[in-house]
Amino acid sequence: MLSHRLWNAVRDLLPIIVVVVGFQTLVLRQPFPNAAEMVVGTIFVVLGLMLFVQGLEMGLFPIGEAMAYAFARKGSLSWLLVFGFLLGFSTTVAEPALIAIAGEAASVASDAGYIASDAATQSSYALQLRLTVAVSVGAAIVIGVLRILRGWPVQYLIMGGYVIVVGATFIAPEAIVGIAFDSGGVTTSTVTVPLVTALGVGLATSIRGRDPLIDGFGMIALASLTPMIFVMIFGIVRFGFRASGAG
Amino acid sequence: MIDGLATALIDTGRDVFAVSALLLGFQYLVLRQPILNLRRLLAGLVLVVVGLAFFLIGLELALFPLGEHMATQLSSPQFVFGSDTVPDSPPWWKYGWVYLFAAIIGFSTTLAEPALIAVAFKAEKASRGTIRPWGLRLVVAVGVALGITLGAFRIVTGSSLVFFVAVGYLVVIVQTAFAPKSIIPLAYDSGGVTTSTVTVPLVTALGLGLASTIPGRNPALDGFGLIAFASLFPMITVMGYAQLANWRAGRGFKGDQKGMNP
Repeated sequence: MLSHRLWNAVRDLLPIIVVVVGFQTLVLRQPFPNAAEMVVGTIFVVLGLMLFVQGLEMGLFPIGEAMAYAFARKGSLSWLLVFGFLLGFSTTVAEPALIAIAGEAASVASDAGYIASDAATQSSYALQLRLTVAVSVGAAIVIGVLRILRGWPVQYLIMGGYVIVVGATFIAPEAIVGIAFDSGGVTTSTVTVPLVTALGVGLATSIRGRDPLIDGFGMIALASLTPMIFVMIFGIVRFGFRASGAG
Repeated sequence: MIDGLATALIDTGRDVFAVSALLLGFQYLVLRQPILNLRRLLAGLVLVVVGLAFFLIGLELALFPLGEHMATQLSSPQFVFGSDTVPDSPPWWKYGWVYLFAAIIGFSTTLAEPALIAVAFKAEKASRGTIRPWGLRLVVAVGVALGITLGAFRIVTGSSLVFFVAVGYLVVIVQTAFAPKSIIPLAYDSGGVTTSTVTVPLVTALGLGLASTIPGRNPALDGFGLIAFASLFPMITVMGYAQLANWRAGRGFKGDQKGMNP
């Protein structure tokens, strides 16, 4: 069992090692700068991946499923939606990548003259941005749960969402658009993805007439879509529509 | 290294702590049920935190410095043209090694992406074994490889990002209309999970290396373009593979007519 997991982790990482070693020795023809660090690092990566996969099966998957079954049995829609919202919100609001992007966005906005350049204004702007993204991920989980319960096909939601994104790109203030696109990519962390997937598949499995494959997946896609929409709306509310002629 | 380990533990621990608090709060206050196997669940969460911390530290030690250095070197004018400057409109075929590197680094990092491993596990369970986890991951990895290679080509030639993304989404829409309905949600999700821990730093280094040496490119905008491609193309390859498998089997998913198909 353990050796099987170890082999899987090695197999998952072998391509990267081959690529890096191959390019370094055959194409660039250079020695390895710190061979010792590389060996230690590689062992860490293999070990880490093995432990993570073990933890997935022992912790994250059962939790997501157990919550889905518990809510389905209790039949309380409003609590399920509250839980979904809080799950999305709480795993996103402290995400390091999001904090980095929000800080960067604040300095971009102050350079462009959208907000005052003092530290207090910048940090409150960054916080508003983080809250906006966290609320949007919470909303994505709520929409995703409702969609599973009602059996809406995910493609209509996603297509509709992209139409809104494209439309908003033309009317939102220019300084916010780049940030909006970037924020879509940082919301799906390695801890959130397994949990949300297990919740979705668990719900779709425990509700009669839903297919785990058709109805259980799709929440990750929603969670990378809503931040773009919410951040652009935030930009419009905060700074108004794009000045005509500027775009 | 100790510092790095502590930071990685805190970063992943924060997510898991929020989740545990939420879980315990709901189980005891709302659902009012004891948690079965609580100790096993908590042990699993600890393993997730420790595992991710080791994974990230190992990447920082072994892979990222060398990979980033490699991306910068392969795209440097010295390596490509043997001179210190890049001609104003460089011929795209000069960057052969860059495309090859982009393709295989996109492919190999995607295979090691922990979030994709998790989604592939669940897909196998949800499809009752019809979808093989390793197969799904290979198809997604091919998508990322295609996306990043095309993204690198686009930076070199300076063609429009909006054009490529718009065409890409058009392909996704057309495929959505024709692909087996049961694969669509999974295909959309695979677009979202490819751009996390392992792929982004290396791809960003490649984008920056290209965009900062070729005259007239914008590093911020073009770096982003690569990531956008890396999440667009897996949707295309996953749906495309399902269509191909469906067509070869001549049957299979015909039972569900839920979506856009008449």
